[in-house]
Amino acid sequence: MASKKPPVDFTKQMKKEYTIIAPDIFPTHMELLQELFKMYGYNLFVAHYEGKEVIDTGLKYMHNDMCYPAICSTGQQIYALQCGDFDPDKCALIQFQTGGGCRASNYIWLLRKALKNMGWEHIPVISLSLTGIEKYSGFKLTLPLMLKCIMAIIYGDMLMLLKNQTTPYEVNKGDTRKVIDKWIEELTSQFKKNKGLTPKKFRENLVGIATDFAKIKLNKTPKIKVGIVGEIYVKFSSFGNNGLEKFLESQDVEYMVPGVLGFFQYCFANIETDYKYYGGSKIVKQGGKIAEYAAAKIEGIMLDVLKKFPQFTAPAPFSHIKELGEKVIDRGVKMGEGWLLPAETAELIEKGYNNVICTQPFGCLPNHIVGKGVIRSMREIYPNANIFPIDFDAGASKVNQENRIKLMLSVAQEEMEK
Amino acid sequence: MKRIGLDVGSTTVKCVVLDEDNRIVFSTYKRHFSKISEMTSELLREVYDNTSDSEMYIAVSGSAGMGMANDLHLPFVQEVYATRNAVKKLSPDTDVVIELGGEDAKILFLTGGLEVRMNGTCAGGTGAFIDQMASLLNITPEELNILAEKKEKVYTIASRCGVFAKTDVQPLINQGARKEDISASIFYAVVNQTVGGLAQGREIKGNILYLGGPLTFMSELRKSFDAVLKLEGSLPENSLYFVAMGAAFSSAAEVHNIKDLADTVENYSARGGYTSCRRLFENEDEYEKFKARHKKASEGIRELTEPEDEMYLGIDAGSTTVKCVLCSESGDIFRPFYTSNSGNPVPVIREYLINLYKDYPDIKIKSSAVTGYGEDIIKSAFHIDYGIVETIAHYTAAKKFKSDVDFILDIGGQDIKCFKIRNGAIDNIFLNEACSSGCGSFLQTFAHALGYSVEEFARLGLFADRPVDLGSRCTVFMNSSVKQAQKDGASVENISAGLSTSVVKNALYKVIRCAKAEDLGKNIVVQGGTFLSDAVLRVFEQEIGHEVIRPAYSAIMGAYGAALYCLKKFKKKGRETKLISLENLKNFKHSVKAITCHGCENHCRLTVNTFGEGDKYIAGNRCEKPLQNAKGITSYNLYEYKNKLLDAFRDLPFEEGKPTVGLPLGLNMYELLPFWATFFNTLGFNVKVSPRSNRKLYLKGQHTIPSDTVCYPAKLMHGHVEALIDDGVDAIFYPDMTYNLDEGLGDNHFNCPVVAYYPQVIKSNVKAIENVKFICDFIGLHDKKQFEAHIAPILAKHFGEISKKAIKAASSKAYEAYEKFFCDVRSKAEEFMDIAEKEDMPLIVLSGRPYHIDPEISHGIDTLMCSEGAVVITEDSVSHLYDKFRVTVRNQWTYHARLYAAAKFVAEHKRGHKVNLVQLVSFGCGVDAVTTDEARSIIEESGKIYTQLKIDEISNMGAVRIRLRSLLSAAADRND
Repeated sequence: MASKKPPVDFTKQMKKEYTIIAPDIFPTHMELLQELFKMYGYNLFVAHYEGKEVIDTGLKYMHNDMCYPAICSTGQQIYALQCGDFDPDKCALIQFQTGGGCRASNYIWLLRKALKNMGWEHIPVISLSLTGIEKYSGFKLTLPLMLKCIMAIIYGDMLMLLKNQTTPYEVNKGDTRKVIDKWIEELTSQFKKNKGLTPKKFRENLVGIATDFAKIKLNKTPKIKVGIVGEIYVKFSSFGNNGLEKFLESQDVEYMVPGVLGFFQYCFANIETDYKYYGGSKIVKQGGKIAEYAAAKIEGIMLDVLKKFPQFTAPAPFSHIKELGEKVIDRGVKMGEGWLLPAETAELIEKGYNNVICTQPFGCLPNHIVGKGVIRSMREIYPNANIFPIDFDAGASKVNQENRIKLMLSVAQEEMEK
Repeated sequence: MKRIGLDVGSTTVKCVVLDEDNRIVFSTYKRHFSKISEMTSELLREVYDNTSDSEMYIAVSGSAGMGMANDLHLPFVQEVYATRNAVKKLSPDTDVVIELGGEDAKILFLTGGLEVRMNGTCAGGTGAFIDQMASLLNITPEELNILAEKKEKVYTIASRCGVFAKTDVQPLINQGARKEDISASIFYAVVNQTVGGLAQGREIKGNILYLGGPLTFMSELRKSFDAVLKLEGSLPENSLYFVAMGAAFSSAAEVHNIKDLADTVENYSARGGYTSCRRLFENEDEYEKFKARHKKASEGIRELTEPEDEMYLGIDAGSTTVKCVLCSESGDIFRPFYTSNSGNPVPVIREYLINLYKDYPDIKIKSSAVTGYGEDIIKSAFHIDYGIVETIAHYTAAKKFKSDVDFILDIGGQDIKCFKIRNGAIDNIFLNEACSSGCGSFLQTFAHALGYSVEEFARLGLFADRPVDLGSRCTVFMNSSVKQAQKDGASVENISAGLSTSVVKNALYKVIRCAKAEDLGKNIVVQGGTFLSDAVLRVFEQEIGHEVIRPAYSAIMGAYGAALYCLKKFKKKGRETKLISLENLKNFKHSVKAITCHGCENHCRLTVNTFGEGDKYIAGNRCEKPLQNAKGITSYNLYEYKNKLLDAFRDLPFEEGKPTVGLPLGLNMYELLPFWATFFNTLGFNVKVSPRSNRKLYLKGQHTIPSDTVCYPAKLMHGHVEALIDDGVDAIFYPDMTYNLDEGLGDNHFNCPVVAYYPQVIKSNVKAIENVKFICDFIGLHDKKQFEAHIAPILAKHFGEISKKAIKAASSKAYEAYEKFFCDVRSKAEEFMDIAEKEDMPLIVLSGRPYHIDPEISHGIDTLMCSEGAVVITEDSVSHLYDKFRVTVRNQWTYHARLYAAAKFVAEHKRGHKVNLVQLVSFGCGVDAVTTDEARSIIEESGKIYTQLKIDEISNMGAVRIRLRSLLSAAADRND
């Protein structure tokens, strides 16, 4: 697909002077990505703003029937412009765009409309896409940057993975947090010095991370195991899911959240499937295969490191997740989280996290298919699956959500006692 | 030791005490009116008084009990889990439990894989819904049950959401349908909501147990469930207390001293941890000034104590109320009247007129006009001279108070109407189509639930210190937000102020969807019953940041406008009034009969109203067929034409012995039928197309729908597939299609996720699909060569090898058929456009997606347009006239690229305001959150009026007609 010129370019000059405001999508990962982009000369700022005002800002400038992630993430960005922390004339906004058939591909356009309504039409909105949907003179996701993003994401995934396995069992509350804080500081300071992203250092760091987590004193009493899957924003963002993880922590359970990397691998893998089903450019297909291969390579390093720490449950390699997905739904389903969502659910169940919360924005279109649409098939394959879809929305009440989760946990408790 | 189970629900607190043998020794329940801690401690004292045990086991359950249990460190048992525990003990051979509560609805599947289904974000079909419907009919829920016993027929009431149902019930009331039938229909709506919304693909069968308040108290509701499920469920003893008993049984229960606990609970007030918004008034003084300012606004218009020589009558038969007023030649007001219509406006208006004639036997009414939902019936019943669209009525009235008014906001019982006025004509209209949040009836229901009158309730909020911020979304969501606020300790005052605030926010940000308050206008007139509340008015001014005009007669503006309208007409034409006489009023009779129209396959349920002198008024019709003296109807309807073209594929040659391929006619198949039917037919298959959609077909597939929030067109697909299975076809062909054909209008040519992958949903959820060969492979048609290469192995897999040559030939024919279909549609459209131009008729491009031509989906909106004298064409009949052009969204869906092109066609059309676009939006279509704004901006940039109609399972056309008439009358105005 040829790149297009955006309505407002992000120029080289802007790169020097502007702050690029990004929504806070993946809590741990974004801090690392922020530093990584800084290393490449982009002054990226992750808008951590939360609360009612931010939602209201989103509701005010977005169509109210737009999906909740659009309302949250653009709400954060517009709020950043309005709250006085920045000079709006020295800001650009950035959103991730897959270019897929889901309406999420329209976030950047809706953001542009909102800016126009506010008289800020001149603020550039950057589309961060793997395929380069738009072209800017001062911003480019180069291959090295992309690979390093993947590394940063794996760092994030690793921290998240281990954190989730130690926190519920800590003997001394807060030990895990200390390790995370230490490593975020360590990694960002390495990034600042342009370090930490060579394959060698990458492996070293991952070993270091795992070693530190392994040192945390744990009391491994049996606990209910919960998996979280869903639409990518409400799955990861605590702002989007009403502090779901915090709530689960208060319920004394262990939860597992499949990593961010999987989504990128899923995007890469879809390129080949598309070719298989509909034909098209061989070069594009080849590009997809290369990207998938490269991601698998980097993923392999993490899995390799984790092998040396058998006390931790490692994620399945992506190739296995693909196979699991195939059993539930055709891999041609590629809009939104597509086949990845049931695939990750299957993986969680295989790993013993058979109580699965499927987070989804109210009215999410792909989730009609890959969320609620497959639960029946899922149960046929995994009779012990205890899957609960939970809707998130600006108006959805936390009580209802927590009530549903409590119900899920009650069933889980009983199963565990059997 | 005895065990206490406490069930703190959304509206009631229930309590049971069990002895050592699990026998109930005491039980009681109370409505808590949000005073949860007071009521709970009262109950505990009662328990103590009745049992005199000081120490007992206790556990809490219920949707509103969690917060309290957490804060007081009492053991909490999730309520569905509690139910399940109780059922396991008390009624172990149960297969399915259906439990309805105040705001909850649940289904528990106990056998064959435990599953629990609860209503998530939608509270449609719960006790609160029934209460709301009963109050709409002005009866108690108990009376509702009694009435339902005498039903003769059941109307279709949308069951997806309580708000929708209300939009369906209201017109039935206004059209004079029997209350008995409406009552029964409400129960059926609850059943459909529960079965459709919660069962989600699982069949309800075996031993069914009914639990919870509504099912305990309403025998007719149980019977409705029995009827729909075709079985006989049972109501166990203590059906009200299962949750409480489940809690009591729970091993989590802990021992407490009951008397102490009662004290602790009483002293417990939840933390004030809610978010608050701005106060309404700082002090009394500010409020007094505010009142004085608004009083001044209406000084120019007097209220007369005696009628003048010539009087003009205006009636507004609104959705929940009736308003009447007379005005003098100078526009002064006499005998304003405003009341609830109690479910039937006819007797209310009759009484008003009789009293008027009695009090003033010499009064001379020169002319009369009626507006509102009940316009037609009232016009026929009382021989009113004019019927006018609501929009025009309100504008006429508002002008009287503010001649340069440029924005009118009317918030009534269940509808919000806003009109923008430009150059003296109505420029834009917003109506709340799908949502009544932000309307008066919500405030009313809430006030009543808390035990106040609506006026009292609103007043409470005026000086609230920390109004609760309740957000700006659906009323159903607001219910749970209020629940949460109560849990967090918000006072009634703060809740009242918070509700007034969200009413305004909903109107502004949800219905009007304004980004900036300045966009509304400079000279704003607000009216409607809801603005009688000073609290609502105040919040509105605060929110938009400047002062507005509220006429003193804010509630009767529609009627006043109607009166002014007939005054103007009378002055112009001087026609003698036909208004009913006192004598005829006295002998007035009104009877209602329900019949089914057999004019066409819609089989509309009609209500025939007969009045004293034999006048008839028929309602419930989707077209004009059952009406005899219909005039000004056109028959230039491209929707109908397309359907006819598609029907031709039902009659393809059929040969015994050949395998039959079934094509389900829904979603994208509506457009690809010519392609696939030709393709398979040429390959030597028999082709069977699924039957035309109707309600029955929908219900056939309803139990296999996994997601209750998916669009109606997708839901219908289940019925189509089931019908084909029943028909005994050999295979059903319904391919997944990520991509649509590329018409070169956009940056990509996707289908929306639902259209693209719905076959996967069918595969996973329609159990009967196992009995047939279901072909749902992935295929694309955008590249003919690729298609031929990819379809070959798919066919080989299912039917054995087919030669390349044969496939190529079939594919060529299929593409031709597809082309021909579009050629036919487009040349017919041209023909229609010529006629419209020649005869100077309005042309409407009714833009939707291919499946919107299904009359079950568009509910005959196309024929309605024709009956209003318009020529109707489709978006895809004109989109080819444009090349790709830049839009301000990502233009990536084939169907919607057509929409943008059609919008451009309308915007640039040389016939100006004679050509308009109306966009059909299926409820739940997420894609349209993107496309509607874009279509709107294309249309509005040209100075035209954009109209959007949201459609769902709803089948009543009242609101649609208002929109349409307003559009046509505003467009005609501009043309002048």
